[in-house]
Amino acid sequence: MTDAAPPPPKPVHITDALHAARPRALFLAFLSIALSGFGGVLPFARRMLVDQRGWLTAEDFTETLSLCQGLPGPNVVNLSIVVGSRACGWRGSLAALSGLIGAPIVIVIALGMLWGRFGALAEARRAITGVAAGAAGLVIATAARMAEPLLRRRALAAAPFIAAAFVAVGVLRLPLGLVILGLAPFSIALAWRRPA
Amino acid sequence: MKVAWSTLQTLAVQFSLLSLLAFGGANAVLPEIHRQAVAVHGWMTDKDFAALFAVAQAAPGPNFLVSTLVGWKAAGIPGALVATAAMCGPSCLLTYWVAKAWDRYRHTRWRTAIAAGVAPVTVGLIFSSAYVLVRAADANWRLAIVTAASAGVAYFTRVNQLWCLIAAAALGLSGLLAAG
Repeated sequence: MTDAAPPPPKPVHITDALHAARPRALFLAFLSIALSGFGGVLPFARRMLVDQRGWLTAEDFTETLSLCQGLPGPNVVNLSIVVGSRACGWRGSLAALSGLIGAPIVIVIALGMLWGRFGALAEARRAITGVAAGAAGLVIATAARMAEPLLRRRALAAAPFIAAAFVAVGVLRLPLGLVILGLAPFSIALAWRRPA
Repeated sequence: MKVAWSTLQTLAVQFSLLSLLAFGGANAVLPEIHRQAVAVHGWMTDKDFAALFAVAQAAPGPNFLVSTLVGWKAAGIPGALVATAAMCGPSCLLTYWVAKAWDRYRHTRWRTAIAAGVAPVTVGLIFSSAYVLVRAADANWRLAIVTAASAGVAYFTRVNQLWCLIAAAALGLSGLLAAG
């Protein structure tokens, strides 16, 4: 299906609405994305950027997201950088990024202080023990949701690398950088030889 | 609080390095954050780490917040700010510079190969994070059931994940999850 020759590079699509977006609007949009999302911020980002603001078309969003997924850092943080920069350069990126991360940082430090202050109380300890167990489950679900499409589309190429990264880092606790450097080139080479 | 410069320095260096390895965000580098915070530098216990991760999950926003709290636990507010800046800065700068180039080549075969090749490694790393958290958080079989139930609800339904945490907090508060 995808073995056709890649189309020639064309300039990235920027909607008129995005072109007109100012740092203030970027800041507010990403602030509202940050505050609406628990666990998964991406659905809210999509609703805001595509449906409400019209800054990206649905196609732009999918494409931009796939770019963001190929780079380190939380996807939505990368998204704020890319969208902001397309609107108005580094000032746009800075505005979108601060909108996205400013309030959560303040909130999480406040929650941390509450935990520091009351965490020793028996009730607080019992509650946080439950929340920690629940939060671990959410991470399992995140991994499983990401694994599912990979295993469905190209199980033979994906499964060995999922398993190897898990054993190396999770079980054997090998240094992360070495594991990525050791596995990613082979995984990329395989994807290069047999595009999904 | 007296500012511990050497701790701030360590936070800055460690999280800057992790920033560039964190494909998909902090969840991919949790085992390394855990190793540094608990085993190497002794900033906290295993249980503290699980609790801080839980607090980070309970806050709205992107998934780098666990680094903010690890920095906070290690060196107070300055630590939180340094760890956050170090965790976000390098990857954001990289994205800013690379995105322009990648926009032009976004349909080329090598770009899609990199994205497709990195994905399974990232998923394996997030499973590792889950494993580290499970070992830190699930002290008994009741807690393990909470973990399994929360994973099941989040995987199979579209319920807001905050409800899983609220339900888990309520169960914990009720005393049903105590060892025994």
